[in-house]
Amino acid sequence: MVKLAEWRGKEIFRKYGVALPKGTVVRAPSEVADALRTAGVALPCVVKAQVLAGGRGKGGAVRFAATVAEAEEATKAILALEFKGEKVHEVLLEEKLAIGRELYVSLTLDRSRRLPLAMASAQGGVEIESVDESAITRVWVDPFPGLVGYEKRRLVAAFGLTGALARSAETLLGQLWRIFDEEDAELVEINPLAVVGDRVVALDAKVIIEDDASFRHPEYSDVRDDRTPLEEIAREKEIAFVQLDGNIGVIANGAGLTMATLDVLAEFGGRPGVFLDLGGTDDPKKVTEAFLLMAQAKPAAVFLNIFGGVTRCDTVAKGLVEAMTQVPPESKFPLVARIRGNNEAEGRAILQAAGVTSLTDLKESVQAVISAAGGRA
Amino acid sequence: MSVLIDADTRVLVQGITGHQGTVHTRNMKAFGAQVVAGATPGKGGQEVEGVPVFNSVDDAVRKTGANATCIFVPAPFAKDAFLEAVDAGIRLAVIVTEHIPFHDMLVMYHYGRSKDARIIGPNCPGIAAPGKSKVGIIPNVVFRPGRVGVVSRSGTLTYEIVNGIKERGLGQSTCLGLGGDPVVGTSFVDALPWFEKDPDTDLIVLVGEIGGTAEEDAAEYLGRHVSKPVVAYITGHSAPPGKRMGHAGAIIARGKGTADSKVRALESAGAHVAKFPYEIPALVEQYLPRPSGR
Repeated sequence: MVKLAEWRGKEIFRKYGVALPKGTVVRAPSEVADALRTAGVALPCVVKAQVLAGGRGKGGAVRFAATVAEAEEATKAILALEFKGEKVHEVLLEEKLAIGRELYVSLTLDRSRRLPLAMASAQGGVEIESVDESAITRVWVDPFPGLVGYEKRRLVAAFGLTGALARSAETLLGQLWRIFDEEDAELVEINPLAVVGDRVVALDAKVIIEDDASFRHPEYSDVRDDRTPLEEIAREKEIAFVQLDGNIGVIANGAGLTMATLDVLAEFGGRPGVFLDLGGTDDPKKVTEAFLLMAQAKPAAVFLNIFGGVTRCDTVAKGLVEAMTQVPPESKFPLVARIRGNNEAEGRAILQAAGVTSLTDLKESVQAVISAAGGRA
Repeated sequence: MSVLIDADTRVLVQGITGHQGTVHTRNMKAFGAQVVAGATPGKGGQEVEGVPVFNSVDDAVRKTGANATCIFVPAPFAKDAFLEAVDAGIRLAVIVTEHIPFHDMLVMYHYGRSKDARIIGPNCPGIAAPGKSKVGIIPNVVFRPGRVGVVSRSGTLTYEIVNGIKERGLGQSTCLGLGGDPVVGTSFVDALPWFEKDPDTDLIVLVGEIGGTAEEDAAEYLGRHVSKPVVAYITGHSAPPGKRMGHAGAIIARGKGTADSKVRALESAGAHVAKFPYEIPALVEQYLPRPSGR
């Protein structure tokens, strides 16, 4: 998930011709005066923190400024914020438009129908989840023709717009569809979409680009996401790694098995701290990398749960023993292993010889790792 | 009978010359599958594991009569590989490839549907019918022919569950891995009718996970159309919202796709839901209809 901050989403919008307020991005209060002048942003202006979390308006992350000095002051205050755990690196300054009604529009994926889903509502500016179903118009878009004329008209009817405004909204819908399709988006959302004079203007932009399409979009490779630093390293090494609240690390192979292991651990009173899915690999180098990454997360104990189907348990065990020797002494953690499948007896013998607690029963293993981590929560 | 494939299925492997393609061609053959052809552009004329390699799928189909394909082609080229197979007349594709963009999958799914071509996957372990055939990567060792049908969104977890069923002295009719992506060619709702109709399946094991509403959709279908006993298991109870848990599709988004919602739906549809994966084999044994006079 490449979640783009508002300013980055609006850069894409601009490329596709979506109507936007005039705006400029700054990273320090000292840049404000020049930036406003260069971009031709008139005062009063809106000063917005560029963070991914929602609820900025209520949370003090959006302010208004009537003068350049006020804009500098607001920028300074916002850059010092930590908004819902997120540091603010950029501030977007935009002209304050005289807006009429606020609308909602989005394009996303309907997984069940396997179709892009367009949603429109006349009730914008609030969370769409809080809008009554009867006030939302949904159109499922066939990817082959894409979003066509009558579908646009149906969505625009939900806005209750006519004349020039309706035409402006239809144009916007065409642009949004192209963004969704050509930029490999998971989500394109404008909330609110505002009526300004005789056209609709995107006051906000929420764009998420699909991770798996990143090979087509190197332009987003520098996007800071809401991953932790370790999750970021894992992503570069192509290891599925998720940091959670607890203190026990789980390494397993396959997403389903890793999740199931976390569930059993939690059910018996353990607190999962890291989800690490080795995937289909038995490459010793990858196993070592995974182990070192786990060590950096400083778990109180680690549970390794492997089912060797195609891979052989003894190969996995050898890789593990090798990997453990590379963990620096100050980061060592107690390890409980459960290895099942091909050549499991040989695998277990190798682990036991290396001093690793090696069991076969899942419940027993989970209890052993919980006690190694210092007991139940 | 089995689901989707049988002993006569003639398997093509797209991407046969890669490491995965080669290893799994060997394993499929060892399982008894008729792997008749491989296809890799530019590598026609070679042989891999005794299987002739062709430059194009069209060529492979004309010369070998292949009627199912197993795709190992890397994600950026997977769409092309699938469309080539459909246009060559193949109507069953198991796509093992991981990380295919869902925008590509949307095109593949709807194009396939317009030609009556069925996709299993992507990012899936495929299909195995013990004693008959296998298209995919499910390990051979976990199987034993029997009367339990397994349909799952997981890979390794499925192997472990299938293995547990075997260790209980029971066997499987067909095991079908649907894959962990947000857009899959075949969902539980698509697959359940096949297992319900299959005369070799007496009980269905359904293994789901967080994300999307495929399990809730399945529950609705089960309640109305499935007469065979169903044992179900859902993973991801402890997963926090907004985090992708390994599979691209395993994410609780905007309050949707929680494990609790899925368990509730399945239980109210009459499925026997296991709390822990290791409880599944015992539940299977408990609810598997006893053979009468057979």
